[in-house]
Amino acid sequence: MSLLRIENAIRYFGGLMAVGDVSFTVPEGSVFGLIGPNGAGKTTVFNLITGNYRLDSGKIFFRNEDISRMATHRVVERGIARTFQNIRLFSGMTVLENVLAGRHCRMKAGPVAAMLRLPSQRIEERRAVARAMAELLFVGLAGHAGNLAKNLSYGNQRLLEIARALAADPRLIILDEPAGGMNDYETTALVELISKIRDRGITVMLIEHDMSLVMRACERIVVLEHGKKIAAGNPGEIQSDPAVIEAYLGGDDDEF
Amino acid sequence: MTVAARKIKKPLYAVIAACWLAAPFFLGNYQLDVLNNIAIYALLGLSLNIILGYAGMFHMGHGAFFAVGAYTTAVINTTWGVPVLWLLPLSGVAAGLFALVVAKPIIHLRGDYLLIVTIGMVEIVRIALVNNVFGITGGSNGIFGIDAPSLFGRTISGIVAPGDYFYLVTAFLAFTITVFYLLEHSRFGRALQFLNQDPVAAEGSGIDTARYRLAAFGIGAFWAGMVGNLYASKITFISPESFSFWESVVMFMIVILGGAGSIPGVLLGAFLIIGLPELFQGLQQYRLLLFGIVLVAMMIFRPQGILPPAPRSYGVAEDDGENGGQNSAQDGASGGEVRP
Repeated sequence: MSLLRIENAIRYFGGLMAVGDVSFTVPEGSVFGLIGPNGAGKTTVFNLITGNYRLDSGKIFFRNEDISRMATHRVVERGIARTFQNIRLFSGMTVLENVLAGRHCRMKAGPVAAMLRLPSQRIEERRAVARAMAELLFVGLAGHAGNLAKNLSYGNQRLLEIARALAADPRLIILDEPAGGMNDYETTALVELISKIRDRGITVMLIEHDMSLVMRACERIVVLEHGKKIAAGNPGEIQSDPAVIEAYLGGDDDEF
Repeated sequence: MTVAARKIKKPLYAVIAACWLAAPFFLGNYQLDVLNNIAIYALLGLSLNIILGYAGMFHMGHGAFFAVGAYTTAVINTTWGVPVLWLLPLSGVAAGLFALVVAKPIIHLRGDYLLIVTIGMVEIVRIALVNNVFGITGGSNGIFGIDAPSLFGRTISGIVAPGDYFYLVTAFLAFTITVFYLLEHSRFGRALQFLNQDPVAAEGSGIDTARYRLAAFGIGAFWAGMVGNLYASKITFISPESFSFWESVVMFMIVILGGAGSIPGVLLGAFLIIGLPELFQGLQQYRLLLFGIVLVAMMIFRPQGILPPAPRSYGVAEDDGENGGQNSAQDGASGGEVRP
């Protein structure tokens, strides 16, 4: 069953076509890769899904619900959480608080409940902290809970973004270049983490430049170039697709 | 913050609170009146802190909400004789509703743009009061003869008996500090800080940023309106001059100078900005100059304020390894409550 369905998505920036008539579906329970050369429109597609950008035309369905015009926080509520290419943490707050941010949309207590410290609010808060700690444990950052987010290493900041996204109980998690700035060891651990996320029943969609990671982690891949879909398939098919080789190698370029 | 500083924090706060409570036994009426003013401005600073400190919205028109609260109390009390303390919540509601209406269209503005619009707002309110727009505000003469608050049959006059009034305003201040502390350490308070630090990431974490910005304005204004009620009944006479643009600037300075987003910082800011000029009375006309120099120096050498917010702890052990993490989550569950 398709979890996410993108139909003829088009988005212009001024006169530039960033995404032109892209359609694909993401099956539930898979690890799905979106790749392509720089400027191919990958991040734009992510931003269209999460409502950060509006579609100029086309539709996006999530669990058969049209989310094309939905505000970002509503999309998160529906079950799509994301990380950012250029890490966006709440850097002056603690690691734990960053994960609690992801938990926000699954909590209910408003300002009045907080001021009166109602029992329901306390229970909810306690559960949220426990859940946030569990997510930190899951990504391997439990020991850093009380540190400020800005004091984490680059790789750990990426993991914290993943923990924050997981805390929102997503059905689909979107990772925008999760291995950016990671060393080989961290990247290998990330591949493992991605499969652990999938084992929790969460569909993973990722953009990545690191081809070896994409080929290792993804079951299905869509390739974009200049805002258009040029190929789709499993890693084996993608690697031998002439259009993909052409896009990545630029014809008879001697550099790989 | 160092461990030592954290350790002395609680006893230090206790000593300060004890000194504050004992002040009427040692101070004369004039000094007590200064303390009452400090408390009023501390309350205004705390209410502005919700908007400016936590949510990071540059709002320099807080005096407008203060004015709406004060005038609500003054008009209803002098017209129908409703006891002023009964009007406390109503003044808050009036200011809060006013804020929701005026903030709704400007909520998406950021930084300097919002600043300019809020300055315009407070000036419009002042001019409306001067021009007696609804025929009930007394124009530039203001409103005389507001009743002093009375509690259990006892009249608490801010003019005749500042010592009595001191305990009334202190009680309200203590209530406010408690409630705002709880608010800061909650889902709501965190959401404001998230959208302050990175609105895109906050929205991407499922926080309805527009709604929370508006709610911050509503709550901050509600509180400022209640403070307006206390102020009007303290001096029993209000006029548009009491709500000039300068008042809003003073509130803004209290929050920024003391430490935006920090309750102790705002309290200290109120003490310094309202109290210090009184201490320097002897310097006469030079005191404002000195005051200005201190402000400039502060902003250069400590732009985050004197007491910036400290990281919150949730009762989770910080230095245990990954294996201990699950246990510490349980500890966090039992200990993650109020840190007094």
